Amino acid sequence: MVSAALLTLVAVSCLIAMALLHRAKWPSRGPYTAVITWQALGLAWGVSTIGALLAFGLSSYRLGAAGGLMALATDLFSGELILAELSQGLEGVSHLVAVVLAIVLTLVLFSGLVSSFVQVVRVRRRHHDLLELVASDHPDVPGARVIEHPAAAAYCLPGVLRSQVVISAGALAVLDKRELAAVLAHEHAHLRQRHDLVLLPFSSLKRAFPKVRLVRTYYESVALLIEMCADDQARRTSSSRELAMALLRFGAAGPAPVPAGAMAAVQEAEPEVMRRVNRLLRPDDELPYHAGAVIMGASAFLLASVTCLWHIPI
Amino acid sequence: MNRLGELERAVMDVLWARNEPMTVREVGRELADRDLAHTTVMTVLDRLAKKKVVTRAREGRAWRYRPAASRESYVSELMFDALGQTGDRDAALAAFVQSMDGKGAEALRRALAEIEQPRN
Repeated sequence: MVSAALLTLVAVSCLIAMALLHRAKWPSRGPYTAVITWQALGLAWGVSTIGALLAFGLSSYRLGAAGGLMALATDLFSGELILAELSQGLEGVSHLVAVVLAIVLTLVLFSGLVSSFVQVVRVRRRHHDLLELVASDHPDVPGARVIEHPAAAAYCLPGVLRSQVVISAGALAVLDKRELAAVLAHEHAHLRQRHDLVLLPFSSLKRAFPKVRLVRTYYESVALLIEMCADDQARRTSSSRELAMALLRFGAAGPAPVPAGAMAAVQEAEPEVMRRVNRLLRPDDELPYHAGAVIMGASAFLLASVTCLWHIPI
Repeated sequence: MNRLGELERAVMDVLWARNEPMTVREVGRELADRDLAHTTVMTVLDRLAKKKVVTRAREGRAWRYRPAASRESYVSELMFDALGQTGDRDAALAAFVQSMDGKGAEALRRALAEIEQPRN
């Protein structure tokens, strides 16, 4: 029961830490550190929640979460477990409910990840097939494909062998040469560092819990940080101002028509792009090295303690 | 682009230009300057059918192929994906700037005007 209580404490702390991280100001100064912290917190939350349920549900074994799970597997073969638990009355039933919840949560998280991945691969394959048929090369943008469309768009299509940067004719029209180079550097950074894989766990959570507002908010928080990571990479070869101008020109090139019903969902006073622009034009000091090291160390410590708590046999 | 991809593109261009269902032989004739074997054209059309960008219907002993949609609608589909307007697709592509509502775009326009003409 001690491990169950401690794991619950860790899970709750993770939720509080995520709420604090979401509001904190430092992530835009060290987006890479912040993204890793998000991942550590998300993973620790999932593993400690499942662990807490198991440790409580399997407390009769007195083996902790990991040991209890092994004992449960052995007992399931003999089929004696469920009858034995039910004969304990209310307490036994609550144990069973906890174990079932743990299994359901694991399945939901895991299948969310798998189905997100399958869906993403399917969309990308279709997108790639169509690109091959209608996109063309352009002398101004070597290594990128161009779509003949007046709206401004630039994006990357990640893939193991067939990753591609795509830009629309509308985007070529609003950017000058150096701004264009900054945009391409940003997109190539996404592809090179496989930012799509970093974001995948969060987008799969969003798929698994579409109704939970908090999940969506955190997903957007991480997505914004990843854009900032790519901005920082682009800034190595292009000036901040060019990248900021490119961002503004894209946004100002006119919104694609959004159906009236969908507009209510976005009522921010300041679009997220403005946060990226402000960050580029008026950069804060980078997160100091030792602060980053402390945050990383804390993340590693968190994951290590969750693993230990799974194995505490009380 | 690899050779097959380039051929697929050429075949689609032929189908889009003619705007009527065509047989393998007719497509091959349109691409006569490439001197393609009948089976090559057949393979390419087969691949396109598998990708669901052409549809085919049997007429007598031959299949007739036609584009599943116009070039413009494929371009729209790509842009639709790219601007992140379809809810569950945002993980597939990473757009430089997500599409935003009128108010957001207006804020950016103001910021852009301020930077380009600084008030002294």
